[in-house]
Amino acid sequence: MINKCEIEDLELVYEKPKTLTDTPMHYCPGCGHGVINKLIMEVIDELKIQDKTVGVAPVGCAVFEYRYMDIDMIEAPHGRASAVATGVKRVNPDKYVFSYQGDGDLAAIGTSETIHTVNRGENILMLFINNAIYGMTGGQMAPTTLIGQKTSTSPFGRSVKNNGFPLNITELISKLDGAFYVTRHSVHKPNSVRKLKKAIQKSFEYQKENKGTCFIEVISNCPAGWGMTPLKSNEWLEENLIPKYPLGDIKVPTKN
Amino acid sequence: MNMKYDNNVKLMKGNEALAEAAIRAEIDGYFGYPITPQSEILEYLSKNFNEEDGVVLQAESEIAAINMVYGAAGSGKRVMTSTSSPGMSLMLEGISYITAAQLPCLLVNVSRGGPGLGTIQPSQADYFQSTKGGGHGDYRLIVLAPNSVQEMADFVFDAIYLAEKYRNPALILSDGTLGQMMEKVRLPEKGSLPKSIPEWAAKGKIKNKERNIIYTSAVDPTVMENLNKELQNKYALLQQEVRYELSQIEDAEILIVAFGLSARICSKAQEMANDNGLSVGLLRPITLYPFPSDTIYKLAQKVQAILVVELSAGQMVEDVKLVVNGSCPVFFHGRMGGEVPTPDEIFFELKKITDKQAVKN
Ligand SMILES: Cc1ncc(C[n+]2csc(CCOP(=O)(O)OP(=O)(O)O)c2C)c(N)n1
Ligand code: SF4
Ligand SMILES: [Mg+2]
Repeated sequence: MINKCEIEDLELVYEKPKTLTDTPMHYCPGCGHGVINKLIMEVIDELKIQDKTVGVAPVGCAVFEYRYMDIDMIEAPHGRASAVATGVKRVNPDKYVFSYQGDGDLAAIGTSETIHTVNRGENILMLFINNAIYGMTGGQMAPTTLIGQKTSTSPFGRSVKNNGFPLNITELISKLDGAFYVTRHSVHKPNSVRKLKKAIQKSFEYQKENKGTCFIEVISNCPAGWGMTPLKSNEWLEENLIPKYPLGDIKVPTKN
Repeated sequence: MNMKYDNNVKLMKGNEALAEAAIRAEIDGYFGYPITPQSEILEYLSKNFNEEDGVVLQAESEIAAINMVYGAAGSGKRVMTSTSSPGMSLMLEGISYITAAQLPCLLVNVSRGGPGLGTIQPSQADYFQSTKGGGHGDYRLIVLAPNSVQEMADFVFDAIYLAEKYRNPALILSDGTLGQMMEKVRLPEKGSLPKSIPEWAAKGKIKNKERNIIYTSAVDPTVMENLNKELQNKYALLQQEVRYELSQIEDAEILIVAFGLSARICSKAQEMANDNGLSVGLLRPITLYPFPSDTIYKLAQKVQAILVVELSAGQMVEDVKLVVNGSCPVFFHGRMGGEVPTPDEIFFELKKITDKQAVKN
């Protein structure tokens, strides 16, 4: 870290969140996970809830996010983060609890936990990082992989015949009565980053009011898994993923 | 632990006595999924657990239930789940995580006949799964085996006490009969088990203190081996908690080793045998892990033979043979799939052994 006094004479225009540790992140260059990790901590800083928050990390590329987040955290088994978060929240209703999961974690192995956590309206924030691939295990097909998209287990492109259709789980859970706020964002442009931050902020505020489950999908990139440069991956994301997973609010709280 | 008991004697089902004991042991949460023959635990708690004291939640599966236990235990709360054999199989991944993260919690398996969907009758065929780890990796559970409704209630306190002392899940391994049968019971009173939020709990970072992280992974195998060493050291310490019950072992020529329900049946057979001029002692392991190895070894030097009786094809008998290590012959009698031996059946086995030993002598 740069020593503060070295830049004493300069005007401070940007600072990393205080609750983000100095541990170098293990994510590949250009990966969306790092941006999302940082945004969560920015919001926790601004809301001053570091001492009241428990995060639940997934098994996936974000498994070590607790190295970067200076809050109490629990590392869940693959797919079970929302059940672990339910456990924490139910016996600590006064705490802010969030879970953070990839597409394999939340929409394949953990589908049952995802649906039932939302259906019970657990008063937590669920963050769903959709990069249409299994990043951590080396780029295998995910439930959200697009038709025709090549991965190490769909080397000729995902086919409907063999693999069925990409799973749009966010629209699915938005139909459940327990879902209070459901929204989809991305982190591939400065403007989308700002919007995502607002959504995270709102979700923690709703949680304070015991409103029910807040669910944020983030369309993210995986330059390593997709075999692209970070720049190219963001272009590919915009041209291919966003048309299939359109950005914006899916369920917003009705007035009164 | 300073146990205080209610003066009233009640007539209760094993499952209900266990559930009532959990309330009196001041649990903060129960997470479970219905399965016979233990659904009364969830039902009793749903009806009788005070909302202000914590949560009772019917999960969508045993997988979800054990992970809720993991989260809640990780936040430092006193929590439990209960299930029967097939549900236990589903929980094993989560239990492995809880053990690796060194979290205390209470697990209950009111086991039934298997494999597969099996039957809802009593079985002890989950002995291996319970005492050898069960899930992946080198871990052990603290395992207590009740043999009465009274012990179904008492062991809730013992198990939680040991789980919190050693930061390791403790399992009450019961069976369908003990869960369903009604007996007289005196319930332990609230306040017998003091509780506090441990300093390692992930429940919101305390200012100017290191954050608490509950995790089970390591990139570096050296780090993982060190965690394993820590666990093994803990299990070595745990050996001091071994518990067992002996009956009529002075001058015994044959020693029966049996736990839980089969120990009860064996004690009837023992009575019949001793009335008929045989000399039979009984050792009932109360903790299946840690296992009463030393005592069994010592007794094996004195008796002519050992008979192990289980509601399985023979699982604990392997541990007995390992300990006895050829000091005396070890015989086995078991019933499977939910069948239970009669005292006569065991008495007959004892007579066969006596005859064989007499021929040898
Ligand atoms: C029970 C179990 N099955 C499989 C795995 C292997 N595994 C680890 S992460 C993962 C998928 C990760 O993909 P995703 O959830 O999309 O996260 P990403 O790495 O893309 O962020 C798999 C299959 C595991 N750890 N546990
Ligand atoms: S593999 Fe993909 S998701 Fe994982 S860190 Fe690298 S770029 Fe990010
Ligand atoms: Mg992914």
